[in-house]
Amino acid sequence: MDAEISLTVDGVARRLTVDTRTTLLDTLRERLGNCSPKKGCDHGQCGACTVLLDGERALSCLALAVAHDGAEITTADGLARGGELHPVQQAFLDRDAFQCGYCTPGQICSAVGVLAEVDRGWPSHASPDLVADPELSHDEVAERMSGNLCRCAAYVNIVPAVQQAGGVQA
Amino acid sequence: MKPFAFARPGSVAEAVRQVAAEPGAVFLGGGTNLVDHLKLGVATPELVVDVRRLTSREISDLPDGGLRLGAATTNSEVAADRRVRERYPVLAQALLAGATGQLRNLATTGGNPLQRTRCVYFQDVTTACNKREPGSGCSAVNGYTRYHAVLGVPSAMPDPTAPETCIATHPSDMAVALAALDAVVHVLGPAGERTIPFGELHRLPGDDPSRDTVLGHGELVTAIDLPPLPDGARSAYRKVRDRASYAFALVSVAAVVAGDSTSERTVRIALGGVAHKPWRAARAEELLRGTPLTEHAVGHAMGVELTTAQPQPGIDGGNGFKIPLATRTVVATLRDLTRET
Repeated sequence: MDAEISLTVDGVARRLTVDTRTTLLDTLRERLGNCSPKKGCDHGQCGACTVLLDGERALSCLALAVAHDGAEITTADGLARGGELHPVQQAFLDRDAFQCGYCTPGQICSAVGVLAEVDRGWPSHASPDLVADPELSHDEVAERMSGNLCRCAAYVNIVPAVQQAGGVQA
Repeated sequence: MKPFAFARPGSVAEAVRQVAAEPGAVFLGGGTNLVDHLKLGVATPELVVDVRRLTSREISDLPDGGLRLGAATTNSEVAADRRVRERYPVLAQALLAGATGQLRNLATTGGNPLQRTRCVYFQDVTTACNKREPGSGCSAVNGYTRYHAVLGVPSAMPDPTAPETCIATHPSDMAVALAALDAVVHVLGPAGERTIPFGELHRLPGDDPSRDTVLGHGELVTAIDLPPLPDGARSAYRKVRDRASYAFALVSVAAVVAGDSTSERTVRIALGGVAHKPWRAARAEELLRGTPLTEHAVGHAMGVELTTAQPQPGIDGGNGFKIPLATRTVVATLRDLTRET
C-alpha cells in the first residue's frame, strides 16, 4: 500500500510516494539516490545506516519512511558546508579512522550525534558520575560509539578521531 | 514483508478505536523492535497505527514528588533527565545499559517494556515456537539456552512439544528498573482508562506463552509513573553481559535500599535475564528487611529466592551459571549501594 510523504534530506525538500513497508534507509538509497547511509545488517545491529533524524542520530533501517513523514534528515553526504568538510569528517581523515570505508558514513553521523549529546551533558553507561557533565574520555567515546561496528576494526583510530572533533587534545 | 495499511490518527482515543476494531492491527512507537519483526516475518499486521506523535513526550512532576513519563518520551530523554538521574539513578543506569545511542533516540517509554524476547528461536520463523506460533512447541529446550530463563519455568528441560512450554526471557533493562521502582502503568483501552502496577504488567508463560503482558488487544500505554522513593533511598542497576556494551543481559539487578538505620532498612531487588518477566525477588527482600546487608546474609537470602530455579541444559553448557551469577550480582549491587553511606 502506498503513502505520499515529504522529507527534507540534506537540506533539500523531497516529496514522494512510498510503499508503507519502505524503511528510511531504502527510501534514501533506492528512491532518492543518496547512497551515503549503508545497508549492513538491516536489523539495527551494525549502525552503518545511521543518519541524523530531526537532529538526533538514529538507525534508518529500523525507521519506516511513512512514520517519519515531514522529517528532516541529514546524512554524511550533507554534513559538509560550502566545500568545507565537517570537523568530524576532517578528524576521520586526519586520524586515518577507516580502512574499507563502508561503515564510515554511519560512524560519522553517529559521532556528530555523540558530540551533541555530550554538549548537552547526557550521561552514558561509561560515565563515572551519572549527574556530572561527561568528558570525552576514551571509555566514553568507545561506549557511545558501540552501536557502530567496523569489521576492519579501525576503532583504535576512530576513538581519537571523535575525541579530536570534540576538541580533546590527544 | 507482508503488505500492511498505515494510519496516523489524530488522537490517542482514535488510535485505540482503530486498533481495537481490527484484530490484525498493532501500535507503532519508536519501531526499533516492531520494524525488525516486520522484516523477519515475526509480526504480520494488517494495519500499523502510529502513536509516536500522539502520546505525551513530557516528563512531569507529580504532586506526591514522583515523576510521570509520557509514553512517547525517548529512552535517551528519560536517561538524560536531571530529575531521573538524581532521584532514580537505577532507571537512568538501566536505560543507559541497554541498546545504543541510535536505538535509545528512537525507543520510547511506552514501547520499551513491550519489546519482545530476543530468543533466537522466536525470531527465526523456520523453527517451532509457542510464543510466535501457539501450539507449535519450543525449540529452545535443550538448544541455545544461554539467554533463557531459570526462574518461572516448571522444570529443567520441560517438554518441548507441550503447547505451554516457553523458556524465553524478557529482554528489557528498563523494565527491570521499573519493577524495582514499583512504577505504575497508565493504559487507555477500548473500555476506558486503567492503571496497572508495573509488577503485574508482565506475565509468566502460564498456559499461553504468546502473551507477554496482561494488556488486551487495543490497550495502549499512555504514561508510566515513578512513585517517590523514601528519603535517603539509594538505587542502582548492574548488568552482566557477554560484551562490555551493546549486548542483552545474562543477568541484571535493579536494587533500591531505603531506611536510615539497619532496623528500618528495606531492600527491593528485581532481576533481569532470568525469567519471562522482570523478577522481583520478594522472598529475598523479606529476609533482608531490617538486617545488615552482609555478603553472607544476602547470599543466604538469594539462595532461598533461587530454590525454585531450574537450570536449563543446552548448547555450550546450558544456563546453570545464571544461578550463582544472580546471587553474586545482587551481592555486588547491594555492597556498592551500602558502601556509599
